[in-house]
Amino acid sequence: MHTKYNQGYLQYLERMKQIGSTEMVINMGPQHPSTHGVLRLELITDGEVVRDIIPHLGYLHRCFDKHAESMNYGKTIPFTDRLDYLASMNNSHAFVMGVERMLGIEHKIPKRIEYIRVLVCELNRIASHLIAIGTYGIDIGAFTPFMWCFRDREHIMNLLEWASGSRMLYNYIWVGGLFYDLPVGFEERCQEFVQYFKPKLVELDDLLSTNQIFISRTANIGVLPADVAVNYGCSGPMLRASGIKWDLRRIDGYSVYPELDFEIPIGKGEAGTVGDSWDRYKVRVDEIHESVKIIEQCLARLLSDFARLPDFDPRALVPKKVNLKAQNYYVRAENPKGELGFYFETQEKTDIPRRLKARGPSFNNLSVLPELGRGVLIADLIAILGSIDIVLGEVDR
Amino acid sequence: MIERIKKDLDLKFEAMASEVVECGIQATLMIKKEVFCEVCFWLRDHPSYYFDFLANVTAVDYFPEPKFAVVYHLTSIPFQLQLTLRVEVARDGVPEVPSVSSVWRTADWHEREAFDLMGIYFDGHPDLRRILLPDDWEGFPLRKDYEDPESYRGIPVKI
Repeated sequence: MHTKYNQGYLQYLERMKQIGSTEMVINMGPQHPSTHGVLRLELITDGEVVRDIIPHLGYLHRCFDKHAESMNYGKTIPFTDRLDYLASMNNSHAFVMGVERMLGIEHKIPKRIEYIRVLVCELNRIASHLIAIGTYGIDIGAFTPFMWCFRDREHIMNLLEWASGSRMLYNYIWVGGLFYDLPVGFEERCQEFVQYFKPKLVELDDLLSTNQIFISRTANIGVLPADVAVNYGCSGPMLRASGIKWDLRRIDGYSVYPELDFEIPIGKGEAGTVGDSWDRYKVRVDEIHESVKIIEQCLARLLSDFARLPDFDPRALVPKKVNLKAQNYYVRAENPKGELGFYFETQEKTDIPRRLKARGPSFNNLSVLPELGRGVLIADLIAILGSIDIVLGEVDR
Repeated sequence: MIERIKKDLDLKFEAMASEVVECGIQATLMIKKEVFCEVCFWLRDHPSYYFDFLANVTAVDYFPEPKFAVVYHLTSIPFQLQLTLRVEVARDGVPEVPSVSSVWRTADWHEREAFDLMGIYFDGHPDLRRILLPDDWEGFPLRKDYEDPESYRGIPVKI
């Protein structure tokens, strides 16, 4: 191998040799529960204070890009489910939108299909945020919210399993349509869930948001200023907690989001400073409220204007073979974690892309951690890492 | 929008520095490698664009054509614009592209990924190591002419 390629690694080794006698290197992970997966952080510590952080990724690398270069677009959808495995519906929705726009059929998709897509995506967004909040509680030392969140998430998992046949990795949204229409009675069952869930959400908010121990552990910890967040490519709740109103559901207005009424919560620094860990937590809680609002509107329309018809076929527009011209396209969508992007480079006369790159929001959100974590206590580092809400399936792809 | 940027670029830099490429529904601005870093600084700081958010960096292999391309997707948060930049580099030896990690810090990890999987050397990058694969991995798996190794550290990886 050319020596140029090795320079970076040699620099890194040289740097690790220069660590002084007062400092200690600690490996946090890859089997540490608060790294939320197989992430290894090499901490250079001075007593309890973290001087530097060197993240090591790749323990869950599954070669998504390489796999995608050997199969057609329909077959790639199950692989996209496994990127952010807590929000599979959102991943496949973004991917499918990209292929549909390249085919030019995105305006022909029936409204009922679009509303079902948004409905399941928002259900999945709630499930993902519930995990973020629950595991964040456990990182800080509160066990009850974790149990409550998982209890409520289980209802969503059951609903989505009923619709798609699978608990976590759905393969439900297809290019040009859906795997199946919603099962009979789904809308009514979903309304019951919303009625059940609303008071539970207030309860959860009361338990954690104003808890004095929780506030002491998270307020003013890991403050991320807006300009740093943008420079590091942070998106989603991370960016909004820093005070920037940036939500691609509004900015791009894809699918049927322009027809729906919802707010974009941003961090206000109610407990401490704008952009601290508490704000990132709070933005997620507020987003669940907004998602519930979206779900209610979707259900109302799915039961009235776009009600179930006996001869409705959600696979009517699914192409037998995706015939694309050679073109480049970057599609982006708002995932629970942030901006999920897919970059397509297609080839003439084949339905296999030349290059398909997934831009995972967690990957970018995690890259700001060394910046946030310099000079904090080790215990606070756990609080900061938990508030970023990473999914290693998406960091490593 | 992209024509306006091209015009402004022509005024600031030499006329040959950039070129608009239409390929599908999103147009791309092809930038010459020599001025790429300055163009990026200019795009980030220009008061009528402010492309302050680098969304994505992708390296593409055009084998058997003898070239690589690195594609950058920029977003302007104040003006809600999107722009695609492209740099092309020959396929022989060590393909070198200037690093933009001094413009957008997020490019740091994206460039490390492109280096790791495609073997593009980013000139001026502060910490160019492999990011997803182990440090002692041989070769660059996303290249089209890559061949899987028989074994890794004595562990057979093929059946």
